[in-house]
Amino acid sequence: MTRAHSPAVSAARARRWGSFFYAEQVLRVMRGYGWSVFLYSVGQPVAYLFAMGVGLASLVDANADAVFGVSYLSFIAPALLVSAAVMTASGEFSYPIMDGFKWRRVFFGPHASPLVPQQIAAGHIMAGTLRFLLQSLIYFAVVALFGASPSGWGWLSALVATLAALSFGLPLMAYASSLTKDSGQFALVQRFIVMPLFLFSGTFFPLDSLPLAVRWIGWISPVWHGTELGRVLTYGLEEPPLLTLAHLVFLVATASAGWVLTRRQFAKRMGS
Amino acid sequence: MNPPIVISARNLTKTYGDLTAVDAVSFEVPAGESFGLLGPNGAGKSTTMKMIGGVSRRSSGTLSIMGLDPDNHGPEVRAHLGVVPQQDNLDEELRVRENLIVYGRYFGLPLSYLRPKADELLEFAQLTDKAKSKVDALSGGMKRRLTIARALINEPRILLLDEPTTGLDPQARHTLWDRLFRLKEQGVTLILTTHYMDEAEQLCDRLIVVDKGRIMAEGSPASLIREHSTREVLELRFGSERNAGIGVELQGIGERLEALPDRVLIYADDGEAALEQVTARGLRPLTSLVRRSSLEDVFLRLTGRSLVD
Repeated sequence: MTRAHSPAVSAARARRWGSFFYAEQVLRVMRGYGWSVFLYSVGQPVAYLFAMGVGLASLVDANADAVFGVSYLSFIAPALLVSAAVMTASGEFSYPIMDGFKWRRVFFGPHASPLVPQQIAAGHIMAGTLRFLLQSLIYFAVVALFGASPSGWGWLSALVATLAALSFGLPLMAYASSLTKDSGQFALVQRFIVMPLFLFSGTFFPLDSLPLAVRWIGWISPVWHGTELGRVLTYGLEEPPLLTLAHLVFLVATASAGWVLTRRQFAKRMGS
Repeated sequence: MNPPIVISARNLTKTYGDLTAVDAVSFEVPAGESFGLLGPNGAGKSTTMKMIGGVSRRSSGTLSIMGLDPDNHGPEVRAHLGVVPQQDNLDEELRVRENLIVYGRYFGLPLSYLRPKADELLEFAQLTDKAKSKVDALSGGMKRRLTIARALINEPRILLLDEPTTGLDPQARHTLWDRLFRLKEQGVTLILTTHYMDEAEQLCDRLIVVDKGRIMAEGSPASLIREHSTREVLELRFGSERNAGIGVELQGIGERLEALPDRVLIYADDGEAALEQVTARGLRPLTSLVRRSSLEDVFLRLTGRSLVD
């Protein structure tokens, strides 16, 4: 029988690859409910695109060209793509974090191994990112099948959706890792943050058509920034290049801030 | 030649705000020894274990595991260890065998090693026929054995066990002790905390008795009993009304007398002779029992309190 390699080798490999080792664990767990992940990824876009993009569009399209410059379906497709990724992130980076620290304490198993808390956080994020990316690619494939992405650059909107998911998800993960007990905070996040972001981020109508009193919700919304970037990519929405850059900077900056705070929380929570 | 020291603690201290959980504790553990921390809940045993396990930083003092400081070389120290925590933290969404493989991956071990190793450990933990079961279908004793199997996936030479049998029924405890004995025979260094005196007596070559973060005594179970107690103990019950008041009437019998709410303990080298003296005084206990001294008596002597409240 082969022997285990020495502790020194274990430690060196863990220092280098530890985040990947933990991501592997999360992916193995996800595989357990892989079918529901897949069906959710395919079923949701089909249902939404059909209901909104075909059903609702039959009413809207009379004026669509004048308002949006493209068909209503093309207008909402990137928004739905980004929203779906953000919603998945709101699940992946909330309850599982509470589970890891408190309910089933799954973070404390690897914590006793050569992994460090930051790697456990990073591994969880990496596995989540892969899920958002796969889901977004599938979503985009459905969008393309509906003929809602005229531009050849449209597939890049799957990357944008993944980035938007992290822009929303990592600050949420930092918050989730700071909670020591669940008194319904995540349900509140769903109702009072995720839903308004979905509705008031220029998803179904341009942000400009909202009064200023609520328009700001869009400005601080990863959904809006992701959606506008997606529109640039899928049908060439015309906007000042600086604004396009600002979308990208916003998404990267919020995701990075979320990561820094998450790292800090994990290290603090697991005493290292 | 003496075996090398694998764990060395000097004035190891951990404070949380005003609370001193571990108070200047010093000990050394040579390779292959089975070393126990015995004490009631809240004595600082688990905190000490966490510092040894490299998951909690010490407040002061020095600590060295295999010559490494866990505060500076966490991953390196943890790579040497197998850890069985007080609370099981198995991955309930993965199957039994997968739990072992996933854990081995944290040590960077390749699947070519992990697959046969997982099967070997399932055999050792008597869980072979549960390999494909979900973890939540296992009994408490099985989960505990799986946690121990998981801790052995990297073939550690040091195994940390925090309250390994708390919450298990007697049969499950004996099965587990048997497995731990086998590891001890293979030369694995065992560090365990327990508040069960029988567990400490069964498994430990040497132990420290801790209370309120301090070491009260140190030695082998037999030497601690010899040093701090008599050979035998006479346990008398006079009914809950009389136990406390009867002390005066028992004065002078045995070496020492301890009146507890539920019984009176008379420490004597010859328990039967002590019982004869009791009856000679015309006292009629409801029940009487002569037994050998245990670590429980040592703890009672040292702290004035019982181990299990």
